[in-house]
Amino acid sequence: MSLVAFLGAVEIGLVFGVIALGVFLAFRILNFPDLTVDGSFPLGAAVVATLIVAGVNPWVATAVAILAGAAAGLVTAFLNVRFGILHLLASILTMIALFSVNIRIMGRPNTALINEETILTPFLDWTGALGMPAFVAKPIFVGIVVLVVLALLARFLTSEYGLAMRATGANPRMARAQGIDTDRQVYVGMAMSNGFNALGGALFAQTNGFADVTSGLGTIVVGLAAVILGETILRSRVMAVIVIACVLGSILYRIAIALALNADFLGLKASDLQLATAVLVALALILPNARNPLKALGRGRAGSRSGGKAAGKAAQ
Amino acid sequence: MTVIARGAGALAAAALASATLVAGASSPAAAQDSTTIAITAIVEHPALDAARQGVIDVLTENGYTEGETLEIMFDTAQGNPATAAQIARQFVGEGPDIIVPISTPSAQAVVSATSDIPVVFTAVTDPLAAQLVSDMMAPGGNVTGVSDMSPLADHLDLIREVMPEAETIGVPYNPGEANAVVLLDRLEELAPGMGFEIVRVTASRTADVMGAAQSLVGRVDAIYVPTDNTIVSAFESVVGVGQDNDIPVFAGDTASVERGAIGAIGFDYYQVGRQTGQVVLDVLNGEDPGSIPVRFASGSELFVNPGAAEAMGVELPQDLVDRATQVIE
Repeated sequence: MSLVAFLGAVEIGLVFGVIALGVFLAFRILNFPDLTVDGSFPLGAAVVATLIVAGVNPWVATAVAILAGAAAGLVTAFLNVRFGILHLLASILTMIALFSVNIRIMGRPNTALINEETILTPFLDWTGALGMPAFVAKPIFVGIVVLVVLALLARFLTSEYGLAMRATGANPRMARAQGIDTDRQVYVGMAMSNGFNALGGALFAQTNGFADVTSGLGTIVVGLAAVILGETILRSRVMAVIVIACVLGSILYRIAIALALNADFLGLKASDLQLATAVLVALALILPNARNPLKALGRGRAGSRSGGKAAGKAAQ
Repeated sequence: MTVIARGAGALAAAALASATLVAGASSPAAAQDSTTIAITAIVEHPALDAARQGVIDVLTENGYTEGETLEIMFDTAQGNPATAAQIARQFVGEGPDIIVPISTPSAQAVVSATSDIPVVFTAVTDPLAAQLVSDMMAPGGNVTGVSDMSPLADHLDLIREVMPEAETIGVPYNPGEANAVVLLDRLEELAPGMGFEIVRVTASRTADVMGAAQSLVGRVDAIYVPTDNTIVSAFESVVGVGQDNDIPVFAGDTASVERGAIGAIGFDYYQVGRQTGQVVLDVLNGEDPGSIPVRFASGSELFVNPGAAEAMGVELPQDLVDRATQVIE
């Protein structure tokens, strides 16, 4: 793997790390299986691209994209909380509607940003003047953005309000008994989650020079894989570490794809990419537990118990 | 500021260190005296695969031998633009002599990832709107290529010749496909001048194509299928509806005539690939990509299918059949 490919994987992993945080917030904190992300990711890209092309300041455009994503999350939450539509279906409805909305926003399915000024431009100009190539500068920039987002999220989740949101996801009945307005928590949490997803879309559009409605396809799968990969590799009860694990999982997932792209020498064809990625991610999930086969055997029962606990939490 | 810079430096150092580790483990670089062409497409389907084959064939016919003096790298994004972005970085990192991206998102990903490796795109309908080039005649920079804009006026002429009385043409397309939307807009500009009215129906997935075609029954005199990846993938659905309801189906690409369209004028993607291959050759021979004008796919081959016409209730004029480059029986 070349340096450019590696840093490219890190950069795209960081961008999707923001989405992993959104998915984490919905699935793990709120316990709300939310598929809106397949629509809110391209929504963020569409809004940011349209506004930038219209001459709006890229930072403002990015902020509006986050708000648009939050609005999408509110729609899903509204369908679920107000009308009692099952969360999965509510989010599917929002997701498929967003496909049309995104084309409406852009007026066409694909908007190019290759020659436009983005939030990265000043930074790239500055680092370029220092002699740093763009493929190094881009992941650094995205990394800084992700660090800020991580810090804010970790701070939020350990605040009183964040604790109330976690309680809502862990045990809504108990939360209500404690005087927590769980409906409002779902609204706020879903808005935040899809705000993150849209920020990911906005970053993707600006780092790669285009917004395309088809880019939402399968985002939820990538986000979930990142969250679970992170959880497996970096187990912790500390919130800050847990959210870092999400981003780390996302980067590892992208490195798996980069390795799979490099696997031609194994006789793999281009169409085997998804299979190779799946095998690598599976290995990443298996290997940390298999470091010592004897220990793994001895831990068999304990392992299944903790697995059962995780599954139980997810099923609540 | 210093804090940020220092933090960034540490991050870069960490990234570089781990990258070197990974890079050290990678396979050895290609032999120095061979030419490396990196090709990527957003998906694999017959038309795009044919385009890729066309590029490779032109190179092998001009003295390059695959595996010896020519190394071909090929990856598809399997429909996912995020993967396309990653493939672009992958290729830039390998430092091939030329990158050939097939389709709009793949081309955008590659062009935004490099400003020095020559890029020869193909199967992009509107390179200007995609911001791949800012001037079709003098692209500038490291990018040129071949646009697959269909000769739409010729297509409408063909429909007029087969069906002198036709007034409305139904056009199924995927609103999510940039190429198809460009074609639809151009069609609507052209149609009134030729006495046609265009009726749009959309299908976002191949499974929706049948329903979209059925919704045209009773509303249109003919159906025209543009070079839209989704609709072409499910072309048989449209043909079935045409046969059941006696609505003639025309196509934007000649390959679809074998699959049951009455006729088509135009290029097949293998020829588009060959045209692209010529541009690749020019660049390999030292021409500056920025000074090579973006070409339009050419080809005026007429394919007709009299059997399909009969099944859809029309008869092809004899001189049309006589004129055809290929008659599918």
